[in-house]
Amino acid sequence: MQNLSYYLQLLLSGVTVGSLYALIAIGYTMVYGILRLINFAHGDIFMMAGFFMIYIVSSGIPMYISIPLVLILTVVLGVVIERVAYKPLRNAPRMSIMISAIGVSYLLQNFATYFTGGLAKPYPTIPFISNGITVFGVSTKVITIITPILTILLVIALVILIKRTKIGMGMRAVSKDFETSQLMGIKINSVISMTFIIGSFLAAVGSILYFSYYEQVTPTIGAMPGLKAFVAAVFGGIGSIPGAVIGAYIIGVCETFIKSNSDYSIFSNAFTFALLIIILVLKPNGLFGEKLSEKV
Amino acid sequence: MSDILKIENLVVNYGGIEAVKNISIHVEEGKIVTLIGANGAGKSTTLRTVAGIVKPKRAKITFQGKDITGKQPDYIVSQGITLVPEGRRVFPNLTVLENLKIGAYLRKDNIQRDIDHVYELFPRLKERSWQLAGTLSGGEQQMLAVGRALMSRPKLIMMDEPSLGLAPIVVQGIFDIIRTINKEGITVLLIEQNANMALKAADWAYVLETGTITKQGTGQDLLADESIKEAYLGKTK
Ligand SMILES: Nc1ncnc2c1ncn2[C@@H]1O[C@H](COP(=O)(O)OP(=O)(O)OP(=O)(O)O)[C@@H](O)[C@H]1O
Ligand SMILES: [Mg+2]
Repeated sequence: MQNLSYYLQLLLSGVTVGSLYALIAIGYTMVYGILRLINFAHGDIFMMAGFFMIYIVSSGIPMYISIPLVLILTVVLGVVIERVAYKPLRNAPRMSIMISAIGVSYLLQNFATYFTGGLAKPYPTIPFISNGITVFGVSTKVITIITPILTILLVIALVILIKRTKIGMGMRAVSKDFETSQLMGIKINSVISMTFIIGSFLAAVGSILYFSYYEQVTPTIGAMPGLKAFVAAVFGGIGSIPGAVIGAYIIGVCETFIKSNSDYSIFSNAFTFALLIIILVLKPNGLFGEKLSEKV
Repeated sequence: MSDILKIENLVVNYGGIEAVKNISIHVEEGKIVTLIGANGAGKSTTLRTVAGIVKPKRAKITFQGKDITGKQPDYIVSQGITLVPEGRRVFPNLTVLENLKIGAYLRKDNIQRDIDHVYELFPRLKERSWQLAGTLSGGEQQMLAVGRALMSRPKLIMMDEPSLGLAPIVVQGIFDIIRTINKEGITVLLIEQNANMALKAADWAYVLETGTITKQGTGQDLLADESIKEAYLGKTK
């Protein structure tokens, strides 16, 4: 019984970690789906969202205003990055825009280092979600329970948006054919902005949960979760939202189980990438991917 | 009647190459006007420029007296011009019904009547309403592309080689539809490789050769023209 509750606990934290990766992975996969761009700056947008919270809260703004403010600022950051660094390169070779994305990634990291002095900053405690709770005999923090629930709700909302609304239909059309979408009267730029809004919003939600869980922010902290989420997106078949979510859960759970074993915990990151390599060898387009040939 | 669309002195360059060299085309309201010419003559370029996809080097394009030169595609659609692109270009990942709905993307009013109307024109589409457009046959995709264009309630519909790659019986069906929608009051500007069919349907026709208009006249006149017969009608006569 002791054993069962131990594994339940591991599974729960695996699902939580997977949810966090999922929230970030959706931003990668959606931007890729529309622009065929790997937005290398996405993990750093996530990091910036962490610092936004730290500075907003330390300026004395109450939490119930800070949270929406962080969401808004992160969305604005994502949209501005697209406008300034990607939009002017829309007709350039894809490699140019990828390099621009790498540039933005380092720009954000360096900016954060400069601004914060490079030291880890403690993340403010959000009341309630950091409280302890016991479910099924497993004691944990509220956040461990809230994270997967919130993630699933957001994913469902996103799927409904994409499948059932006009803008969602526009996004699906633009992801297939820019020019014909324009002939329908769709404004490509607003659809692309919408994609960045959604991706940055989910990354911001992810950052609030992630940093409440891990409790501190550094300028390079976006790199590893960003990379894991990217792996999840590729794993699930980049461009596919369900793929990214499922990929994220698989990676989150596997990684947590490996980390729990002290003999192997040091290999947990290596494991993630080994898993990616195996999947790509067996299924080059990922679990739910479409043809990858003309992309990348 | 008056000209609904006037293209004056259109010049289009791609990089250094002049694809369209100073042409003028007038489309009278309520008519079927056709633009015929060999591959690479600049036909698609002309229509794509009107639709706002390609920016002209020089031109004055007016629609119902309003200057639309160099405007964005969504503005041009909102003015009542629609283009059925070369190669149909239905959205393969959307259902037939969604493809129709997306044709009405800019409209805020009720579109159910228009959907019903398209399904009346193309009963085959109605049966396939929930099918992904990518799984339709070539002929069905062409019907869908035309239906989708009608969903914006255009005053002018431009069609780029609607008969391309279709069996003769299906081509006949497409031309019947072109006449039907024209009778409903929509002006048609049609590009065709199938010059014989196009000239028979057209009230007025232009011949485009390597970026220049070389002839124009009524469909009947051009059908009877010896040089046209030789160059475009081939053995079909
Ligand atoms: N995007 C482009 N970039 C560069 N050149 C182009 C582009 N589109 C067309 N051209 C060139 O412009 C010329 C006219 O092309 P266009 O597509 O208008 O011809 P067309 O009359 O429609 O021919 P077809 O009957 O084969 O469709 C061609 O020489 C073509 O190679
Ligand atoms: Mg053409």
